[in-house]
Amino acid sequence: MAETIQTIFTEPAHTQMMNRLWDLQLLNGYIRDEDITQLASLFGLSEIEVEGVVSFYHFFHRQPTGKYTIYVNNSIVADHKGCQRIIETFERETGARLGSVDRSGMFGLFETPCIGLSDQEPSALINFYPFTQLNAMKVKDIVGRLKAGVDVADICDQPQDNIRFTPADNKTLFFRHLEAGASITKAQALSPDGVIDALKISELAGRGGAYFPTWKKWQAAKEQGASPKFVVCNADEGEPGTFKDRVLMNACPHSLIEGMIICAYTIGASMGFIYLRGKYRWLLPRLEATLADYRKMGLLGKNCNRIEGFDFDIRIQMGAGSYVCGEETALLESLEGKRGEPRTKWFFPVEKGYLQLPTVVNNVETFCAVAQILDIGTDAYLKLGIPGSAGTKLISVSGDCKLPGLYEIEWGMTVAELLELCEAENPYYIQVSGPSGECISIKEKFRRISMLDLLARKDIRCGGSFMVFNKDRDLVKVLLNFAAFFKQESCGICTPCRAGNFIIQRKLERLDNGLAIEEDLKELKTWGEIMKTTSRCGLGKTATNSLILAMDKFRDYFGEKLDKSYNGQSMKFDMEAATREYETYKK
Amino acid sequence: MAKMVNLQIDGKHIQAEEGKNLMLVARENGIFIPSLCYYEHIEPPLGSCRVCTCKLNGKAGPACTEKVAEGLVVEVNTPELNDSRKALVEMMFAEGNHICPACEKSGLCDLQHMGYELGISATRFPHLFKDRVIDYNPSRIVMEHNRCIKCLRCVVDVKSKEGKRVFNYINRGNETYVGVDYAEEAKLTDEEILNAMHICPTGAIIVRGVSQSEPFGERKYDQESVQKHRPHAKQPAAQRPLVNEKKVVATVSLAGCFGCHMSLLDIDTDLLDVIELVSFDKSPLTDIKKFTNRCHIGLIEGGCCNSENIETLRLFREHCDILVAMGECAVWGGLPAMRNAIPLSECLEEAYLNCVTNEPSSTIVPYHEDLPKILDKVYACNEIVKIDYYIPGCPPDANHIWKVVKNLLWGEEYSILYSEFKYD
Repeated sequence: MAETIQTIFTEPAHTQMMNRLWDLQLLNGYIRDEDITQLASLFGLSEIEVEGVVSFYHFFHRQPTGKYTIYVNNSIVADHKGCQRIIETFERETGARLGSVDRSGMFGLFETPCIGLSDQEPSALINFYPFTQLNAMKVKDIVGRLKAGVDVADICDQPQDNIRFTPADNKTLFFRHLEAGASITKAQALSPDGVIDALKISELAGRGGAYFPTWKKWQAAKEQGASPKFVVCNADEGEPGTFKDRVLMNACPHSLIEGMIICAYTIGASMGFIYLRGKYRWLLPRLEATLADYRKMGLLGKNCNRIEGFDFDIRIQMGAGSYVCGEETALLESLEGKRGEPRTKWFFPVEKGYLQLPTVVNNVETFCAVAQILDIGTDAYLKLGIPGSAGTKLISVSGDCKLPGLYEIEWGMTVAELLELCEAENPYYIQVSGPSGECISIKEKFRRISMLDLLARKDIRCGGSFMVFNKDRDLVKVLLNFAAFFKQESCGICTPCRAGNFIIQRKLERLDNGLAIEEDLKELKTWGEIMKTTSRCGLGKTATNSLILAMDKFRDYFGEKLDKSYNGQSMKFDMEAATREYETYKK
Repeated sequence: MAKMVNLQIDGKHIQAEEGKNLMLVARENGIFIPSLCYYEHIEPPLGSCRVCTCKLNGKAGPACTEKVAEGLVVEVNTPELNDSRKALVEMMFAEGNHICPACEKSGLCDLQHMGYELGISATRFPHLFKDRVIDYNPSRIVMEHNRCIKCLRCVVDVKSKEGKRVFNYINRGNETYVGVDYAEEAKLTDEEILNAMHICPTGAIIVRGVSQSEPFGERKYDQESVQKHRPHAKQPAAQRPLVNEKKVVATVSLAGCFGCHMSLLDIDTDLLDVIELVSFDKSPLTDIKKFTNRCHIGLIEGGCCNSENIETLRLFREHCDILVAMGECAVWGGLPAMRNAIPLSECLEEAYLNCVTNEPSSTIVPYHEDLPKILDKVYACNEIVKIDYYIPGCPPDANHIWKVVKNLLWGEEYSILYSEFKYD
């Protein structure tokens, strides 16, 4: 059997744009003017279109980025673990200032939002190889060795999986042994309709965080007349604090691939894609090797698993540093080699997805769950969790706790239990599902984590990130970090998200500087609501979620932050700051 | 013949072809849904400005990306939706650097027009004053990035013969701007270049050497509203105010040009009423330097560019019951705020040190303890004190100012004509 990808469907040339850009970025450290010209003529585009794609992605640069390109994570968890000191140390040791390259052109130093290693912060990527649990000494040592000519690949860390907890009595769903091809054979025995029924019974719902019933999506794609069809795995895990997909792809990539094959078999797809986030480039060899194994075993390629006429293969597409590409339609645009701008809801991906053809997009965890559910059978699966919310859920725990890492919990566990398991230290508030998710107070610790409550009023539907913060952490600083993140990651296509996140950040800065009044809090809330109702995609719709919730849940805290001298007439004004620049002209 | 479906817009029953764009259906039925990016022949619709957000079967969504279907219920004019739309247009004003008095597209600008239709007197958001560079490189157009609202129209619609894009988004987030491909731009025909300018809803794409034929004041959006009943225009009432006592008014020009004061004097014969009804306290009109009485109303022209402006403004707040920001500068900074996107040192050095008309060797940036201190940027009045009312315009129409004052002092009903409500 073939070990390389089979030509089952020939994609149009322009879909290769991202790959070509990656090649050039890695080769030269940046995209040169002549590269832009060449790519434009290669793909029949104007140069400005190529520029548009390059400038959209964080990891594509138009200026040299040094022989060694360093990206230090600046997410809130990393910030609390001291990433500022790490950045300072890198600056001192390499001679490069943050956001630039040192004089010799050897080191480029940049910041980047969450790199999916929140359980081993502070962390950084050097030439896309991971370095974890950094401290000043370690940074010094790394830079010293690089200067001495050691290969980055030889000194990088192998990130720990840190699987801290799986359900007792060996009830783990995701990390149980899965015989290669076993779940595919079971799917074949069930027939496509049987697979959809099994998913319906198990009530599996999209684990990226939207919880859309998986069977509905597959059913809709199956019913589409157009062909070919596609299966896309969303492995662009960008939500700060989330790293469950990283662990899954490292520990059990085969279950992901089986899940995708089952999906392809069910809906009749001929090609699959794993859209892997740029920051997980180091996982690429492992995934490629597993794909090659599957091809060798005849489980991918022509007549997969000896199912006559079932031709299917999977290609990995590297993302290049864009949070919004986790939005499924933005991901599809990116997969087509364009800017990752979310589409309008004129069509759904199952109708017109990749290349305007029917496409199923699911999260890594969803595909893994599918393979395991079919393997153990729905009866066994339904015994896990609680009635109405069966199964287990992977949660990435990070922040102020002794045992950060991955927790596979049965649905129905309370926040308090999870906090106890991870040995949280004086927890005060918890950010569930990342910055776009929900901010909860320790007072709510008896809420269950389940997907029972659709509106998530009583129970919490966790997307995968669980960041714990203790009482000493400044909530406004946390929210400012989130606001800066959304401002930077907005695609810029719609007004409320592009301008709104910028405006919210300015307002929070006022609050942080003690210049805000009660009216400002009210405005923040109504402005946040306007962004929610008018934004084009989930990014803008959820960007102010935590802010709005936090203002309700931590009213006293916000009250403390306000300007208390305000009498309803004259605002506080920082005259010293406003005249500082002019004062330099004093002789 | 396509299938006809029944739908409801704000309670009105309408029949339309199934699958037709809701924006078109509304337009054909005389229902005004504000929008900026929607352009009839661009398909699929862009959905970028979000100003047309309505309630579609109870759920918020943009009208421009909605295909009409049987039983669709649309809400357009609810207080919340109107406010959201207003907020979105205000966001565009706050995000760009829109100086209507200095824009060639004034009176033909869709953004300005939406501002008028929605009755925006001041943006609720702080202006962001992002430094944007004007691109003079294209051979036949000038790309004025300060005015671009990123609607995508030119990106999608303007293409060369080979189908290549001439305009494209560059960067992302709040750094996004519309870049021009100089090579492709040079290949466009004169007609295509003019089309690019015409589809631009603002004055961002300006064709070199082409001037607007109609004068300001007589352009497309200068005189009349497209809505039959503008929701914010009140009914006129003719009775004269009941006068018991003379009301006291104070006025001041901070970082302004006195243009608003000049406009104030333009009410002609109504000036006789003013003398009868009002007495002026601290004001350049009376030359009274210090407050002698508590005032009913304070009219502020100009924003705050130095420390003295701030002190004066605070003094006004202290002595006046009602403060009115009069004119663009007081409302958000106006023309003086053009410097806000540029570092102060660059401005001062350009004006005092490097200016070609300066005497060589005697150049100095003035600094003395008796001189007011220049602030890092020009601040809008509402960043310093609470402002009760805003009158937009550069300057505001004389009748507009007088109507507002009469309304505030004696509760007289007023109707601001569409043509009086202006940003330039």
